[in-house]
Amino acid sequence: MEMIPYTVEARPDTGLYNAKFGIWLFLASEVMLFGGLFSGYVLLRTGSPAWPHGSDLLNVPLGTVNTLVLISSSVSMVLAWVALKEKNIPKFKLTLGLTLLCSLIFMIIKAIEYGTKFSHGIFPKESAYFAIYYTLTGLHALHIVGGAIVLMYFWLPVGTKMWKTQPQRFTNRIEVVGLYWHFVDLVWIFLFPVLYLL
Amino acid sequence: MSESHHELPFWRKYIFSVDHKVIGIQYGITALFFLLFGFGLIMLMRWQLAYPEQPLPLIGHLFGDSRMPGGVMLPEFYNELGAMHGTIMVFLGIVPLAVGAFGNFVVPLQVGAPDMAFPRLNMTSYWLYFAGGIIMLGSFFLPGGAASSGWTAYAPLAVIASVGQTFWIIGMVCLIQSSLLGSINIIVTIFQLRAKGLTFMRLPFFVWAQLVTSFLLVLAFPPLLAAGVMQLMDRVAGTSFFMPSGLVVSGQQLDISGGGSVLLWQHLFWFLAHPEVYVLILPAMGIVSEVIANNIRKPLWGYKSMVYSIVFLGFMSFVVWAHHMFLTGMGTVINAFFQATTMIISIPSIIILTALFISLWGGSIRFNTRMLFALAFLPMFGIGGLTGLPLGLSTADIHLHDTYYVIGHFHYVVAPGTIFALFAGIYHWYPKATGRKMNELLGQLHFWPSLVCMNFIFMPMFIVGLAGVSRRLYDGGAGYEHAQDVLHLNITSSWAAWGLGLAQLPFIFNFFWSMFKGKKVESDNPWEATTLEWNTPSPPGHGNFVTEPVVYRAAYEYSVPGAKRDFSPQYEPEVEMEEAPAQKEAA
Ligand code: HEM
Ligand SMILES: [Cu+2]
Repeated sequence: MEMIPYTVEARPDTGLYNAKFGIWLFLASEVMLFGGLFSGYVLLRTGSPAWPHGSDLLNVPLGTVNTLVLISSSVSMVLAWVALKEKNIPKFKLTLGLTLLCSLIFMIIKAIEYGTKFSHGIFPKESAYFAIYYTLTGLHALHIVGGAIVLMYFWLPVGTKMWKTQPQRFTNRIEVVGLYWHFVDLVWIFLFPVLYLL
Repeated sequence: MSESHHELPFWRKYIFSVDHKVIGIQYGITALFFLLFGFGLIMLMRWQLAYPEQPLPLIGHLFGDSRMPGGVMLPEFYNELGAMHGTIMVFLGIVPLAVGAFGNFVVPLQVGAPDMAFPRLNMTSYWLYFAGGIIMLGSFFLPGGAASSGWTAYAPLAVIASVGQTFWIIGMVCLIQSSLLGSINIIVTIFQLRAKGLTFMRLPFFVWAQLVTSFLLVLAFPPLLAAGVMQLMDRVAGTSFFMPSGLVVSGQQLDISGGGSVLLWQHLFWFLAHPEVYVLILPAMGIVSEVIANNIRKPLWGYKSMVYSIVFLGFMSFVVWAHHMFLTGMGTVINAFFQATTMIISIPSIIILTALFISLWGGSIRFNTRMLFALAFLPMFGIGGLTGLPLGLSTADIHLHDTYYVIGHFHYVVAPGTIFALFAGIYHWYPKATGRKMNELLGQLHFWPSLVCMNFIFMPMFIVGLAGVSRRLYDGGAGYEHAQDVLHLNITSSWAAWGLGLAQLPFIFNFFWSMFKGKKVESDNPWEATTLEWNTPSPPGHGNFVTEPVVYRAAYEYSVPGAKRDFSPQYEPEVEMEEAPAQKEAA
């Protein structure tokens, strides 16, 4: 597939290589996806006579920890990309591994949160608030899982072997999943205050 | 890939192919199948509308007692057919043909690219589409049948409908992901893989149309995905996103948590579906422009204003959605806003249409099949667009909303409009894909009856609609006292619909017969066209271009004054001039 131009190096007039252009478009569509759900949230909330405070219903400390966990994962994601730029593979493995670890911690905490709610018999059908809470955070969690699977692939030898033959292309791939990862992180930073605090 | 010179095994070459041309053809054939299937559904419904509750002769008993006992269609089955007709035609027929097939096959060729930017995503896109189609088709065999709440899947009806609706949502999720991958691919291909010298103002208009369409798909479809997720939650997890408190169904109050809003569904749906209708029309405009420019032998009039118009159309199509909701009690202020935007958006459509009409002026027109289809598109789209204006005025819409008038309006745009344009495109690019031309006589036998039948189907609907017949009636209005005078038109429409079915036979035959027996093209540029795709072998091999294409001029340099031939392709460095007149005289 080398015959397709700009798979690795950037096209001068757009300043992007193909995959980076593609991921930006994908993220634009993701903005619209979460935006659609969020507008649903606004409409339901403004249309309802009473709306609970998230802090009364959810575990704010756990949510805060999770926010910090995700922010750290974003930082280590950037460091992984920097490590590749420095051609430092051990550092890459370490930092990407940390990102993976963070995503695991995030999911465990999320599972604990869901689990306690379920054990109290609180399911999505409880109320409009819980309907939107489970839908938004569930969709976000799916994004985390999807992203973590891809990161895992790049962390394992099957994915990393591309580094030996096409280092630039591999670095690009990490940059692209990194952009996705930061986006998913950003969504959480937005969801957390909206659902837990407001 | 050095190993790509080896012959790929059959399944890699034709089934799980990553070549944009093969994928385009796969998309095309699948979409044509779905168009035919969806058309079959409406032909069944037209029997019920013309002859309510009479047994359907010959084939009526084949559908079984749960659908058509004694050959008489049950209302439930009628609803299934209606919902699935709309869904299949829009999401499995026209969009995949217009974007999946033409976008895939033609865009990389017209921008001078060896393939799409992401070949494997491209293949995934096709197979997601295929899976979505299978799920939709399979849903007919579920207990309770397929989705039956209209192609718009309005809540609360859709939320309490049988399991077919769940399959509808899952099928739509596949189709949404498929079109997301496809449209990202098209945008990146256009921006990144343009040949040297191909500036944006030199792009063929078709490429512009695909570019804007793809942006609409990327940005408008996700909110429908969001809505679909919510509807799925309502159906399987018991939430009430779209279910108001205290909802009473069949005299029973439903046991739901409530607190939802039915209008939320409509807003999210139309936020997609209005841009979606432009997804249906813009590629058609693109195809028509290519065919017209090629057959008038002169440049398109007002190319630049067409480009600005189509970009403006794309933007505006995001702010008109609630003109589908004038009667939901949004309030006069909001109605007035959407009425204004709707009037504004009709302006760029009119500019494009006018530019195409003016282009015809003074051209030496070749009246072949593809040109006939393209020419017919113009007035047909015109009728569709103009009948949209009264719908866009919120007062006039009080009378017209949800009547057959609306059905007439959008079918004029999509059926004799978009579908004719797609036919024009098939006749136009067929030689590039196969190396053979389709038969002209069969083409004319396809065109003329289709044109007549289309008008006999849809023109009566305006009258039936103005008489106040609702679009959703199982008996076609037979129960309406005030509509008795117009009901005979239902019979006209129905016979014309079956006639339209017959008129497709020459096309179907032509399509397959010409693959093997059609006249071979005498050159790689049989239509003497100017755009890049004609600079490739017919059919193009892997990688498309034999030498790297370079673009030297605008897209439609036909009949350049003083040039030897009446077309100057984009890819030829120099225009061969006739000898100067002065020299001629001297000799
Ligand atoms: C050019 C100007 C156009 C205007 C002003 C316009 C206006 C409207 C309005 C106001 C409605 C809602 C009617 C109602 O439900 O009461 C409508 C329905 C519709 N229009 Fe258009 N339209 C235009 C062009 C198009 C085009 C280009 C297409 C697509 C190919 C299209 C496809 C549709 C469809 C599919 C519906 C009906 C959807 C449904 O309720 O099932 N329209 N139009
Ligand atoms: Cu609309």
